[in-house]
Amino acid sequence: MDQFTPQNEAEMLALGARLGGALEAGDTVALIGDLGAGKTTLARGLVQAVLPQEVVPSPTYTLVQAYDLPEFTLLHCDLYRLEHPDEAYEIGLIDAMGEDVCLIEWPDRLGPHLPQDAMIIDIKFEGDGRVVSLRGWGNRHV
Amino acid sequence: MRHAPKPDVKQDEALTVLGLESSCDETAASVLRRYADGRVEILSNIVASQDEEHRPFGGVVPEIAARAHMRKIEPILAKAVKSSGVSWDDLDGIAATAGPGLIGGVITGLMSAKGLAMALNKPLIAVNHLEGHALSPRLTEDCAFPYLLLLVSGGHSQLLSVTGLGEYERLGSTVDDAAGEAFDKTAKVMGLGFPGGPKVQSWAERGNPKAIKFPRPMKGRDHADFSFAGLKTAVARAWDASDKTDTAKADIAASFQRAMTDTMLDRVGRAITLYRNATGDTGRARLVVAGGVAANTELRAGLKTMAATRNFDFIAPPLKFCGDNAAMIALAGAERLAAGITDGYDAPARPRWPLDKDAAANAPKSGHGKKGPKS
Repeated sequence: MDQFTPQNEAEMLALGARLGGALEAGDTVALIGDLGAGKTTLARGLVQAVLPQEVVPSPTYTLVQAYDLPEFTLLHCDLYRLEHPDEAYEIGLIDAMGEDVCLIEWPDRLGPHLPQDAMIIDIKFEGDGRVVSLRGWGNRHV
Repeated sequence: MRHAPKPDVKQDEALTVLGLESSCDETAASVLRRYADGRVEILSNIVASQDEEHRPFGGVVPEIAARAHMRKIEPILAKAVKSSGVSWDDLDGIAATAGPGLIGGVITGLMSAKGLAMALNKPLIAVNHLEGHALSPRLTEDCAFPYLLLLVSGGHSQLLSVTGLGEYERLGSTVDDAAGEAFDKTAKVMGLGFPGGPKVQSWAERGNPKAIKFPRPMKGRDHADFSFAGLKTAVARAWDASDKTDTAKADIAASFQRAMTDTMLDRVGRAITLYRNATGDTGRARLVVAGGVAANTELRAGLKTMAATRNFDFIAPPLKFCGDNAAMIALAGAERLAAGITDGYDAPARPRWPLDKDAAANAPKSGHGKKGPKS
Protein backbone atom coordinates (compact mmCIF):
# COMPACT_ATOMS: atom_id res chain seq x y z
CA MET A 1 0.00 0.00 0.00
CA ASP A 2 1.36 3.38 -0.99
CA GLN A 3 1.39 6.08 1.64
CA PHE A 4 2.23 9.77 1.41
CA THR A 5 2.51 12.37 4.13
CA PRO A 6 1.89 15.86 2.73
CA GLN A 7 2.62 18.43 5.42
CA ASN A 8 0.97 21.48 3.87
CA GLU A 9 -1.26 22.69 1.06
CA ALA A 10 1.60 22.92 -1.46
CA GLU A 11 2.55 19.30 -0.83
CA MET A 12 -1.09 18.21 -1.13
CA LEU A 13 -1.35 20.02 -4.48
CA ALA A 14 1.85 18.33 -5.65
CA LEU A 15 0.53 14.93 -4.59
CA GLY A 16 -2.69 15.57 -6.52
CA ALA A 17 -0.64 16.33 -9.63
CA ARG A 18 1.35 13.11 -9.16
CA LEU A 19 -1.73 10.93 -8.68
CA GLY A 20 -3.34 12.53 -11.73
CA GLY A 21 -0.38 11.38 -13.82
CA ALA A 22 -1.13 7.77 -12.92
CA LEU A 23 -4.83 7.87 -13.85
CA GLU A 24 -6.37 6.61 -17.08
CA ALA A 25 -9.71 7.23 -18.75
CA GLY A 26 -12.34 4.98 -17.20
CA ASP A 27 -10.89 5.00 -13.68
CA THR A 28 -13.25 5.41 -10.76
CA VAL A 29 -11.52 6.81 -7.70
CA ALA A 30 -13.13 6.98 -4.25
CA LEU A 31 -11.78 10.00 -2.37
CA ILE A 32 -12.22 9.54 1.36
CA GLY A 33 -11.45 11.98 4.16
CA ASP A 34 -13.11 14.06 6.86
CA LEU A 35 -14.34 17.57 6.25
CA GLY A 36 -11.33 19.85 5.86
CA ALA A 37 -8.89 17.01 5.22
CA GLY A 38 -7.95 18.41 1.82
CA LYS A 39 -10.00 16.41 -0.70
CA THR A 40 -10.76 19.40 -2.91
CA THR A 41 -7.15 20.62 -2.56
CA LEU A 42 -5.91 17.29 -3.89
CA ALA A 43 -8.36 17.49 -6.80
CA ARG A 44 -7.20 21.05 -7.50
CA GLY A 45 -3.58 19.90 -7.66
CA LEU A 46 -4.59 17.20 -10.12
CA VAL A 47 -6.45 19.61 -12.42
CA GLN A 48 -4.09 22.57 -12.17
CA ALA A 49 -1.05 20.43 -12.98
CA VAL A 50 -2.35 20.34 -16.55
CA LEU A 51 -4.68 23.36 -16.62
CA PRO A 52 -2.94 25.94 -14.42
CA GLN A 53 -5.58 28.66 -14.94
CA GLU A 54 -8.57 26.45 -14.13
CA VAL A 55 -10.57 27.39 -11.04
CA VAL A 56 -11.38 24.24 -9.06
CA PRO A 57 -14.16 25.03 -6.61
CA SER A 58 -15.71 22.65 -4.13
CA PRO A 59 -18.32 20.48 -5.86
CA THR A 60 -20.57 20.38 -2.79
CA TYR A 61 -23.19 22.70 -4.28
CA THR A 62 -23.12 21.56 -7.89
CA LEU A 63 -22.49 17.88 -7.01
CA VAL A 64 -20.36 17.47 -10.13
CA GLN A 65 -17.63 19.64 -11.66
CA ALA A 66 -16.33 18.47 -15.02
CA TYR A 67 -12.89 19.26 -16.44
CA ASP A 68 -11.62 18.40 -19.91
CA LEU A 69 -8.02 17.45 -19.25
CA PRO A 70 -5.63 16.52 -22.08
CA GLU A 71 -5.65 12.79 -21.27
CA PHE A 72 -9.21 12.35 -20.04
CA THR A 73 -12.34 14.11 -18.83
CA LEU A 74 -12.41 14.38 -15.05
CA LEU A 75 -15.66 14.41 -13.13
CA HIS A 76 -15.04 15.70 -9.62
CA CYS A 77 -18.08 14.72 -7.59
CA ASP A 78 -19.28 15.38 -4.06
CA LEU A 79 -22.15 13.01 -3.34
CA TYR A 80 -22.76 14.18 0.22
CA ARG A 81 -26.08 15.67 -0.76
CA LEU A 82 -27.39 12.55 -2.51
CA GLU A 83 -30.42 11.08 -0.83
CA HIS A 84 -30.54 7.82 -2.76
CA PRO A 85 -27.86 5.97 -4.75
CA ASP A 86 -30.09 5.99 -7.86
CA GLU A 87 -29.84 9.78 -8.00
CA ALA A 88 -26.34 9.16 -9.37
CA TYR A 89 -28.09 8.31 -12.65
CA GLU A 90 -29.69 11.74 -12.75
CA ILE A 91 -26.40 13.61 -12.46
CA GLY A 92 -24.95 11.48 -15.24
CA LEU A 93 -22.42 9.75 -13.02
CA ILE A 94 -23.41 6.16 -13.72
CA ASP A 95 -23.13 6.75 -17.47
CA ALA A 96 -19.73 8.40 -17.07
CA MET A 97 -18.20 5.63 -14.94
CA GLY A 98 -15.92 3.43 -17.01
CA GLU A 99 -15.55 6.16 -19.61
CA ASP A 100 -14.36 9.30 -17.82
CA VAL A 101 -12.22 9.55 -14.69
CA CYS A 102 -14.67 9.86 -11.79
CA LEU A 103 -13.12 11.27 -8.63
CA ILE A 104 -15.80 10.79 -6.01
CA GLU A 105 -16.06 12.36 -2.58
CA TRP A 106 -18.51 10.60 -0.22
CA PRO A 107 -18.47 7.44 -2.38
CA ASP A 108 -20.54 5.54 0.23
CA ARG A 109 -23.56 7.49 -1.07
CA LEU A 110 -23.29 5.42 -4.27
CA GLY A 111 -24.16 2.22 -2.41
CA PRO A 112 -24.24 -0.69 -4.84
CA HIS A 113 -23.29 1.57 -7.77
CA LEU A 114 -19.71 1.97 -6.52
CA PRO A 115 -17.59 -0.44 -8.61
CA GLN A 116 -15.90 -3.21 -6.63
CA ASP A 117 -12.58 -2.35 -8.23
CA ALA A 118 -12.73 1.37 -7.47
CA MET A 119 -9.36 2.85 -6.59
CA ILE A 120 -9.22 4.47 -3.18
CA ILE A 121 -7.51 7.61 -1.90
CA ASP A 122 -7.89 7.88 1.87
CA ILE A 123 -6.82 11.11 3.61
CA LYS A 124 -6.41 11.19 7.39
CA PHE A 125 -5.32 13.93 9.76
CA GLU A 126 -1.99 13.34 11.50
CA GLY A 127 -0.75 16.22 13.60
CA ASP A 128 -0.79 19.27 11.34
CA GLY A 129 -0.12 17.11 8.29
CA ARG A 130 -2.01 14.35 6.54
CA VAL A 131 -1.51 10.69 5.74
CA VAL A 132 -2.75 9.81 2.27
CA SER A 133 -3.14 6.07 1.63
CA LEU A 134 -3.77 4.47 -1.75
CA ARG A 135 -5.60 1.16 -1.99
CA GLY A 136 -6.58 -0.84 -5.06
CA TRP A 137 -4.16 1.01 -7.31
CA GLY A 138 -2.59 -2.32 -8.39
CA ASN A 139 0.57 -1.80 -10.36
CA ARG A 140 -0.16 1.83 -11.30
CA HIS A 141 3.08 3.74 -11.12
CA VAL A 142 2.62 6.73 -8.85
CA MET B 1 -39.51 24.04 -35.08
CA ARG B 2 -41.64 27.09 -34.44
CA HIS B 3 -39.77 30.29 -33.72
CA ALA B 4 -40.26 32.18 -30.51
CA PRO B 5 -42.09 35.46 -31.05
CA LYS B 6 -40.11 38.66 -30.77
CA PRO B 7 -41.27 41.14 -28.17
CA ASP B 8 -43.59 43.90 -29.24
CA VAL B 9 -42.39 46.44 -26.73
CA LYS B 10 -43.78 49.90 -26.35
CA GLN B 11 -41.48 51.73 -23.97
CA ASP B 12 -44.24 53.59 -22.17
CA GLU B 13 -46.04 50.41 -21.25
CA ALA B 14 -45.55 48.07 -18.35
CA LEU B 15 -44.31 44.53 -18.94
CA THR B 16 -45.79 41.65 -16.99
CA VAL B 17 -43.50 38.64 -16.71
CA LEU B 18 -43.73 35.21 -15.12
CA GLY B 19 -40.42 33.98 -13.69
CA LEU B 20 -39.37 30.44 -12.75
CA GLU B 21 -36.47 29.43 -10.52
CA SER B 22 -35.40 25.82 -9.98
CA SER B 23 -31.61 25.82 -10.26
CA CYS B 24 -30.90 24.49 -6.78
CA ASP B 25 -33.09 23.47 -3.90
CA GLU B 26 -36.00 25.86 -4.25
CA THR B 27 -38.85 25.56 -6.69
CA ALA B 28 -40.25 29.05 -7.13
CA ALA B 29 -42.47 31.15 -9.40
CA SER B 30 -43.32 34.84 -9.45
CA VAL B 31 -45.30 37.31 -11.53
CA LEU B 32 -44.18 40.92 -11.60
CA ARG B 33 -44.91 44.06 -13.53
CA ARG B 34 -42.09 46.37 -14.52
CA TYR B 35 -42.89 49.89 -15.70
CA ALA B 36 -40.86 51.71 -18.31
CA ASP B 37 -39.41 54.01 -15.63
CA GLY B 38 -38.00 50.97 -13.78
CA ARG B 39 -40.65 50.78 -11.05
CA VAL B 40 -41.47 47.20 -10.09
CA GLU B 41 -44.67 45.72 -8.71
CA ILE B 42 -44.35 42.16 -7.41
CA LEU B 43 -47.77 40.62 -8.01
CA SER B 44 -46.94 37.19 -6.59
CA ASN B 45 -43.87 35.43 -5.22
CA ILE B 46 -44.18 31.76 -4.34
CA VAL B 47 -41.28 29.71 -2.97
CA ALA B 48 -41.56 26.04 -2.01
CA SER B 49 -38.82 26.00 0.57
CA GLN B 50 -37.60 22.67 1.77
CA ASP B 51 -35.80 23.78 4.91
CA GLU B 52 -38.12 21.70 7.08
CA GLU B 53 -37.23 18.57 5.15
CA HIS B 54 -33.49 19.19 5.38
CA ARG B 55 -33.05 18.99 9.11
CA PRO B 56 -32.24 15.27 9.47
CA PHE B 57 -29.35 15.57 7.03
CA GLY B 58 -27.38 18.49 8.46
CA GLY B 59 -27.08 19.89 4.98
CA VAL B 60 -29.05 20.82 1.95
CA VAL B 61 -30.91 17.97 0.37
CA PRO B 62 -30.50 18.55 -3.34
CA GLU B 63 -33.34 18.53 -5.75
CA ILE B 64 -30.93 17.04 -8.22
CA ALA B 65 -33.80 14.79 -8.98
CA ALA B 66 -35.71 16.61 -11.66
CA ARG B 67 -38.80 14.73 -10.55
CA ALA B 68 -38.91 16.60 -7.24
CA HIS B 69 -38.99 19.95 -9.03
CA MET B 70 -41.40 18.48 -11.54
CA ARG B 71 -43.80 17.51 -8.79
CA LYS B 72 -43.85 21.04 -7.42
CA ILE B 73 -43.48 23.27 -10.43
CA GLU B 74 -46.96 22.94 -11.90
CA PRO B 75 -48.94 23.76 -8.75
CA ILE B 76 -46.52 26.57 -7.93
CA LEU B 77 -46.85 28.05 -11.42
CA ALA B 78 -50.61 27.92 -11.21
CA LYS B 79 -50.57 29.49 -7.76
CA ALA B 80 -48.20 32.28 -8.81
CA VAL B 81 -50.39 33.28 -11.76
CA LYS B 82 -53.70 32.87 -9.92
CA SER B 83 -52.65 34.90 -6.89
CA SER B 84 -51.12 37.62 -9.08
CA GLY B 85 -54.55 38.62 -10.35
CA VAL B 86 -53.46 38.60 -14.00
CA SER B 87 -54.50 36.07 -16.61
CA TRP B 88 -52.15 33.87 -18.61
CA ASP B 89 -52.94 36.05 -21.63
CA ASP B 90 -51.84 39.20 -19.79
CA LEU B 91 -48.27 37.91 -19.55
CA ASP B 92 -45.79 39.61 -21.86
CA GLY B 93 -43.09 36.97 -21.44
CA ILE B 94 -41.99 33.83 -19.62
CA ALA B 95 -38.58 33.86 -17.91
CA ALA B 96 -36.76 30.91 -16.37
CA THR B 97 -33.36 30.22 -14.88
CA ALA B 98 -31.29 28.46 -17.55
CA GLY B 99 -28.20 28.05 -15.34
CA PRO B 100 -25.83 27.83 -13.61
CA GLY B 101 -27.00 25.14 -11.23
CA LEU B 102 -27.99 21.53 -10.84
CA ILE B 103 -28.82 20.26 -14.26
CA GLY B 104 -31.97 18.31 -13.34
CA GLY B 105 -33.61 21.30 -11.72
CA VAL B 106 -32.57 23.77 -14.41
CA ILE B 107 -33.95 21.57 -17.18
CA THR B 108 -37.27 21.13 -15.40
CA GLY B 109 -37.82 24.88 -14.98
CA LEU B 110 -36.56 25.81 -18.42
CA MET B 111 -38.63 23.13 -20.18
CA SER B 112 -41.74 24.19 -18.29
CA ALA B 113 -41.12 27.79 -19.36
CA LYS B 114 -40.59 26.74 -22.96
CA GLY B 115 -43.80 24.72 -22.93
CA LEU B 116 -45.76 27.66 -21.54
CA ALA B 117 -44.17 30.14 -23.93
CA MET B 118 -45.04 27.95 -26.91
CA ALA B 119 -48.57 27.23 -25.76
CA LEU B 120 -49.28 30.91 -25.02
CA ASN B 121 -47.21 32.19 -27.96
CA LYS B 122 -45.16 34.46 -25.69
CA PRO B 123 -41.46 35.38 -25.75
CA LEU B 124 -39.08 33.22 -23.72
CA ILE B 125 -36.24 34.71 -21.68
CA ALA B 126 -33.50 32.30 -20.51
CA VAL B 127 -32.02 33.97 -17.43
CA ASN B 128 -28.65 33.51 -15.77
CA HIS B 129 -29.37 32.81 -12.10
CA LEU B 130 -26.47 35.06 -11.10
CA GLU B 131 -27.95 37.92 -13.12
CA GLY B 132 -31.12 37.48 -11.09
CA HIS B 133 -29.14 37.97 -7.89
CA ALA B 134 -27.19 40.84 -9.43
CA LEU B 135 -30.42 42.70 -10.26
CA SER B 136 -32.28 41.73 -7.07
CA PRO B 137 -31.77 45.12 -5.32
CA ARG B 138 -33.79 46.67 -8.18
CA LEU B 139 -36.85 44.69 -7.06
CA THR B 140 -37.44 46.99 -4.13
CA GLU B 141 -34.97 49.89 -4.41
CA ASP B 142 -34.35 52.64 -6.88
CA CYS B 143 -30.88 51.23 -7.51
CA ALA B 144 -29.47 52.70 -10.71
CA PHE B 145 -26.42 51.34 -12.54
CA PRO B 146 -23.52 51.23 -11.88
CA TYR B 147 -22.97 49.52 -8.54
CA LEU B 148 -20.54 47.21 -6.78
CA LEU B 149 -22.14 43.89 -5.89
CA LEU B 150 -21.10 41.38 -3.23
CA LEU B 151 -22.89 38.14 -4.09
CA VAL B 152 -22.53 35.56 -1.34
CA SER B 153 -24.66 32.42 -1.21
CA GLY B 154 -24.45 28.67 -0.71
CA GLY B 155 -23.03 28.12 -4.17
CA HIS B 156 -21.44 31.45 -5.13
CA SER B 157 -19.09 34.08 -3.74
CA GLN B 158 -18.30 36.91 -6.12
CA LEU B 159 -17.59 40.61 -6.27
CA LEU B 160 -18.99 42.15 -9.44
CA SER B 161 -18.94 45.54 -11.01
CA VAL B 162 -22.46 45.97 -12.44
CA THR B 163 -22.47 48.73 -15.04
CA GLY B 164 -25.66 47.91 -16.94
CA LEU B 165 -28.02 45.13 -17.92
CA GLY B 166 -25.81 42.25 -19.09
CA GLU B 167 -22.68 44.22 -18.18
CA TYR B 168 -20.90 42.54 -15.31
CA GLU B 169 -17.22 42.49 -14.57
CA ARG B 170 -15.95 40.01 -12.01
CA LEU B 171 -13.55 41.72 -9.63
CA GLY B 172 -13.10 38.62 -7.48
CA SER B 173 -14.54 35.19 -6.73
CA THR B 174 -13.89 32.21 -4.48
CA VAL B 175 -11.08 29.87 -5.43
CA ASP B 176 -12.58 26.99 -3.42
CA ASP B 177 -15.67 26.93 -1.17
CA ALA B 178 -18.54 29.42 -1.29
CA ALA B 179 -19.22 31.57 1.78
CA GLY B 180 -22.56 29.91 2.47
CA GLU B 181 -20.92 26.52 2.21
CA ALA B 182 -18.46 27.53 4.95
CA PHE B 183 -21.41 28.43 7.21
CA ASP B 184 -23.24 25.19 6.37
CA LYS B 185 -20.16 23.05 6.99
CA THR B 186 -19.32 24.81 10.25
CA ALA B 187 -22.86 24.11 11.44
CA LYS B 188 -22.55 20.52 10.30
CA VAL B 189 -19.21 19.92 12.07
CA MET B 190 -20.70 21.04 15.38
CA GLY B 191 -24.13 19.50 14.79
CA LEU B 192 -25.93 22.85 14.96
CA GLY B 193 -28.53 21.88 12.37
CA PHE B 194 -29.76 23.38 9.13
CA PRO B 195 -29.82 25.94 7.63
CA GLY B 196 -26.25 26.60 8.73
CA GLY B 197 -26.19 30.39 8.38
CA PRO B 198 -28.93 31.26 10.89
CA LYS B 199 -27.79 28.48 13.26
CA VAL B 200 -24.20 29.71 13.35
CA GLN B 201 -25.40 33.27 13.78
CA SER B 202 -27.64 32.44 16.73
CA TRP B 203 -24.90 30.41 18.49
CA ALA B 204 -22.41 33.19 17.75
CA GLU B 205 -24.55 35.67 19.67
CA ARG B 206 -23.77 33.73 22.87
CA GLY B 207 -20.04 33.28 22.21
CA ASN B 208 -16.77 35.19 22.37
CA PRO B 209 -15.61 36.17 18.86
CA LYS B 210 -12.02 36.43 20.11
CA ALA B 211 -11.94 33.02 21.81
CA ILE B 212 -10.22 31.33 18.89
CA LYS B 213 -7.85 32.90 16.42
CA PHE B 214 -9.06 31.58 13.06
CA PRO B 215 -7.20 32.40 9.84
CA ARG B 216 -8.33 35.27 7.59
CA PRO B 217 -7.76 33.69 4.17
CA MET B 218 -6.61 36.05 1.39
CA LYS B 219 -6.63 39.06 3.74
CA GLY B 220 -4.38 41.84 2.47
CA ARG B 221 -3.96 40.40 -1.04
CA ASP B 222 -4.00 42.74 -4.03
CA HIS B 223 -6.79 40.91 -5.84
CA ALA B 224 -10.36 40.57 -4.56
CA ASP B 225 -10.64 36.76 -4.54
CA PHE B 226 -11.98 34.71 -1.63
CA SER B 227 -10.88 31.40 -0.13
CA PHE B 228 -12.84 29.66 2.59
CA ALA B 229 -11.59 26.05 2.56
CA GLY B 230 -8.77 26.69 5.04
CA LEU B 231 -11.13 28.37 7.46
CA LYS B 232 -13.47 25.39 7.29
CA THR B 233 -10.55 23.08 8.08
CA ALA B 234 -9.53 25.27 11.02
CA VAL B 235 -13.06 25.06 12.41
CA ALA B 236 -13.04 21.27 12.13
CA ARG B 237 -9.70 21.12 13.99
CA ALA B 238 -10.85 23.55 16.69
CA TRP B 239 -14.01 21.53 17.26
CA ASP B 240 -12.00 18.28 17.51
CA ALA B 241 -9.70 19.87 20.08
CA SER B 242 -12.52 21.41 22.12
CA ASP B 243 -14.42 19.97 25.09
CA LYS B 244 -17.57 20.06 22.91
CA THR B 245 -19.63 21.98 25.47
CA ASP B 246 -22.22 24.61 24.56
CA THR B 247 -19.63 27.25 25.46
CA ALA B 248 -17.22 25.73 22.95
CA LYS B 249 -19.96 25.71 20.30
CA ALA B 250 -20.82 29.34 20.94
CA ASP B 251 -17.16 30.46 21.00
CA ILE B 252 -16.26 28.59 17.80
CA ALA B 253 -19.40 29.91 16.07
CA ALA B 254 -18.64 33.49 17.18
CA SER B 255 -14.95 33.28 16.26
CA PHE B 256 -15.77 31.70 12.90
CA GLN B 257 -18.39 34.32 12.09
CA ARG B 258 -15.95 37.10 13.01
CA ALA B 259 -13.28 35.54 10.77
CA MET B 260 -15.79 35.27 7.89
CA THR B 261 -16.90 38.87 8.35
CA ASP B 262 -13.33 40.20 8.62
CA THR B 263 -12.31 38.28 5.50
CA MET B 264 -15.30 39.37 3.45
CA LEU B 265 -14.92 43.00 4.53
CA ASP B 266 -11.23 42.95 3.62
CA ARG B 267 -12.08 41.59 0.17
CA VAL B 268 -14.90 44.13 -0.31
CA GLY B 269 -12.51 46.89 0.71
CA ARG B 270 -10.09 45.73 -1.95
CA ALA B 271 -12.89 45.46 -4.51
CA ILE B 272 -13.97 49.04 -3.74
CA THR B 273 -10.51 50.22 -4.75
CA LEU B 274 -10.60 48.12 -7.92
CA TYR B 275 -14.11 49.39 -8.66
CA ARG B 276 -13.08 53.02 -8.21
CA ASN B 277 -10.10 52.48 -10.49
CA ALA B 278 -12.15 50.65 -13.14
CA THR B 279 -15.06 53.10 -13.27
CA GLY B 280 -13.09 56.26 -12.57
CA ASP B 281 -15.97 57.16 -10.28
CA THR B 282 -14.75 59.00 -7.18
CA GLY B 283 -18.12 60.39 -6.09
CA ARG B 284 -20.92 58.82 -4.08
CA ALA B 285 -21.28 55.20 -5.24
CA ARG B 286 -23.45 52.18 -4.37
CA LEU B 287 -22.49 48.94 -2.62
CA VAL B 288 -25.05 46.14 -2.88
CA VAL B 289 -25.09 42.79 -1.10
CA ALA B 290 -27.15 39.86 -2.40
CA GLY B 291 -27.42 36.10 -1.91
CA GLY B 292 -28.40 34.03 1.12
CA VAL B 293 -25.36 35.02 3.23
CA ALA B 294 -26.51 38.63 2.92
CA ALA B 295 -28.98 37.71 5.67
CA ASN B 296 -26.12 37.59 8.21
CA THR B 297 -26.49 40.58 10.52
CA GLU B 298 -22.81 40.87 11.48
CA LEU B 299 -21.85 41.00 7.80
CA ARG B 300 -24.57 43.56 7.06
CA ALA B 301 -23.46 45.78 9.93
CA GLY B 302 -19.83 45.59 8.81
CA LEU B 303 -20.72 46.37 5.20
CA LYS B 304 -22.85 49.32 6.25
CA THR B 305 -19.96 50.82 8.22
CA MET B 306 -17.46 50.17 5.47
CA ALA B 307 -19.78 51.69 2.84
CA ALA B 308 -20.16 54.86 4.91
CA THR B 309 -16.41 55.31 5.40
CA ARG B 310 -15.69 54.77 1.69
CA ASN B 311 -18.43 57.14 0.45
CA PHE B 312 -20.83 54.42 -0.70
CA ASP B 313 -24.56 54.03 -0.14
CA PHE B 314 -25.27 50.56 1.19
CA ILE B 315 -28.20 48.65 -0.30
CA ALA B 316 -29.39 45.23 0.85
CA PRO B 317 -32.51 43.58 -0.53
CA PRO B 318 -35.14 42.44 1.99
CA LEU B 319 -34.31 39.00 3.40
CA LYS B 320 -36.91 37.22 1.27
CA PHE B 321 -35.12 38.39 -1.87
CA CYS B 322 -31.62 37.52 -0.61
CA GLY B 323 -32.03 33.78 -1.01
CA ASP B 324 -33.05 32.04 -4.22
CA ASN B 325 -36.39 33.36 -5.43
CA ALA B 326 -38.32 33.69 -8.67
CA ALA B 327 -39.07 37.42 -8.45
CA MET B 328 -35.44 38.20 -9.29
CA ILE B 329 -35.67 35.89 -12.32
CA ALA B 330 -38.90 37.57 -13.45
CA LEU B 331 -37.20 40.97 -13.05
CA ALA B 332 -34.15 39.92 -15.06
CA GLY B 333 -36.60 38.62 -17.69
CA ALA B 334 -38.58 41.86 -17.71
CA GLU B 335 -35.44 44.00 -18.00
CA ARG B 336 -34.16 41.90 -20.89
CA LEU B 337 -37.56 41.93 -22.56
CA ALA B 338 -37.70 45.72 -22.25
CA ALA B 339 -34.30 45.85 -23.95
CA GLY B 340 -35.60 43.62 -26.76
CA ILE B 341 -33.53 40.60 -25.72
CA THR B 342 -35.28 37.24 -25.90
CA ASP B 343 -34.25 33.63 -26.49
CA GLY B 344 -35.26 30.92 -28.92
CA TYR B 345 -37.11 27.79 -27.86
CA ASP B 346 -33.82 25.93 -28.29
CA ALA B 347 -32.11 27.91 -25.49
CA PRO B 348 -29.84 25.41 -23.70
CA ALA B 349 -29.66 24.60 -20.00
CA ARG B 350 -26.18 25.56 -18.81
CA PRO B 351 -24.88 23.95 -15.60
CA ARG B 352 -21.83 26.21 -15.75
CA TRP B 353 -22.48 29.77 -16.89
CA PRO B 354 -20.19 32.55 -15.70
CA LEU B 355 -21.81 35.95 -15.58
CA ASP B 356 -18.96 38.14 -16.76
CA LYS B 357 -18.46 38.49 -20.49
CA ASP B 358 -14.80 37.50 -20.67
CA ALA B 359 -15.35 34.29 -18.81
CA ALA B 360 -18.58 33.63 -20.66
CA ALA B 361 -16.85 33.89 -24.03
CA ASN B 362 -14.56 31.00 -23.06
CA ALA B 363 -17.21 28.97 -21.32
CA PRO B 364 -18.81 25.77 -22.53
CA LYS B 365 -22.30 26.33 -23.85
CA SER B 366 -23.74 23.05 -22.71
CA GLY B 367 -23.39 19.95 -20.64
CA HIS B 368 -20.17 18.86 -19.04
CA GLY B 369 -16.99 20.78 -19.68
CA LYS B 370 -16.37 21.56 -23.32
CA LYS B 371 -17.99 18.45 -24.66
CA GLY B 372 -21.05 18.47 -26.86
CA PRO B 373 -24.65 18.63 -25.74
CA LYS B 374 -24.97 14.85 -25.56
CA SER B 375 -22.27 14.40 -22.94
